[in-house]
Amino acid sequence: MNSRKLKMVVASLALIAAPMAMADESGEDLYKTYCWQCHGMLANGMGVNIVDMSVQPRDHSDSKEMSARSDEELFTAIKDGGRAIDKSVLMPPWGGVLSDDEIHSLVRYLRELCKCGK
Amino acid sequence: MLFKTRLKSIGVVAAIAATLLSSGVSADSGDKILESSCVECHDLKGAGPENLTELWALKGPNLSYAGNKYKQAWLEQWLAAPTRIRPTGMFYGNHIKPGTDEDVIKQESLVKHMALSASDAKVVAAALMHRKAKSELITPGAYKPGTISLRMGELVFDKFRGCLGCHQIEPGYGGASGPEVYTLGNRLQEDYIISFIQDPQAWSPLTFMPNRPLKDKDLQKLVHYFRALAKEKF
Ligand code: HEC
Ligand code: HEC
Ligand code: HEC
Repeated sequence: MNSRKLKMVVASLALIAAPMAMADESGEDLYKTYCWQCHGMLANGMGVNIVDMSVQPRDHSDSKEMSARSDEELFTAIKDGGRAIDKSVLMPPWGGVLSDDEIHSLVRYLRELCKCGK
Repeated sequence: MLFKTRLKSIGVVAAIAATLLSSGVSADSGDKILESSCVECHDLKGAGPENLTELWALKGPNLSYAGNKYKQAWLEQWLAAPTRIRPTGMFYGNHIKPGTDEDVIKQESLVKHMALSASDAKVVAAALMHRKAKSELITPGAYKPGTISLRMGELVFDKFRGCLGCHQIEPGYGGASGPEVYTLGNRLQEDYIISFIQDPQAWSPLTFMPNRPLKDKDLQKLVHYFRALAKEKF
């Protein structure tokens, strides 16, 4: 490959890589950052915030409860919050913080946590 | 044309002279302290973390917009006698561990903040008030002073909007991952509070406070509430 071609390849790689670097956080890292605080480090609904909460966060490791939810329902709960699915306002809407792609990664990660699919 | 450029450069010189004059001697020595003793933990110029790894590694709040955020009197007093504001530190994930029931705070991993002498606190507070990054996010006069009863305020904060999940409204009561709000009224400028609640990530990129759309009426009530809370003696 001559050097001009190489430069072009490098330049186009940079174009692809730049937006990816910003959005490519894993479901696991997103969960640790945004969800641990209430759902807990063990994903059992026992986060550091729950002591004075009137409704307990969902236990994401409970495969029976979690398998009763479709991926679409989980997506809506995360994006639009508890109120959107007739649940507690304590489950916040994350649509203003996370992209749809990131929410899809979270739904996939929830399926790993509960070892259940739907 | 030539005339205009010359005018421009005269303008620039004048502007530099004006900043030098207005910053004064005291802010100058405050800046020296900031650059030598604080920069290792506090971002003084940058916009904030660009990915989650950087967010987890933050060692202190961003001070580049301190002049848009804090009340000077509070800064002076707190810097001389700091108290904990975030019960779980900067990135809460670094300071918790699973407990017998819920996750608990690793108290041993939280360090006490350094304290300044009263005179250093004064010059540093003055220097911080000059740091005004992100001014474009502030609408001066956005907050219109008013009142609300503590009971009504708590209803908005807790039952209607779920903010209590992460914030304490009195020592030891409420969530632990966010800063305490019972001192907010003394700590932060009202117009900043309004702007921050409307878009937390614009001020603090990637931060784990949700971005919940609220009407102006609610924003005003919340700030009335924080001001009322700050008058309580806990
Ligand atoms: C401020 C605390 C809080 C945070 C932070 C939080 N949740 Fe929740 N979450 C709750 C509570 C409380 C419930 C239970 C709501 C109910 O049962 O009424 C819940 C319920 C849920 C549910 C179950 C909805 C259903 O169908 O029953 C899902 C899924 C969920 N959360 C995902 C997440 C994800 C993913 C994150 C991180 C992006 C997250 N939550 C962050 C408090 C929180
Ligand atoms: C070892 C790291 C470290 C050093 C050094 C340090 N700070 Fe801090 N600072 C922190 C942390 C962590 C917090 C958050 C404390 C809390 O929430 O309880 C903080 C909080 C603050 C706050 C309150 C901000 C807020 O929004 O809650 C101010 C103001 C402040 N520091 C100023 C300074 C100044 C001025 C210096 C230098 C004289 C300094 N700090 C040195 C780590 C540090
Ligand atoms: C899921 C947890 C969570 C919820 C729910 C939450 N916050 Fe926060 N809040 C935070 C965190 C974390 C910060 C610190 C952000 C930063 O500085 O990066 C914060 C900061 C703030 C601040 C600035 C305080 C300071 O000392 O810098 C205000 C004001 C605030 N929140 C108000 C609210 C209000 C009003 C609500 C409800 C509409 C709310 N918060 C809901 C986590 C939360």
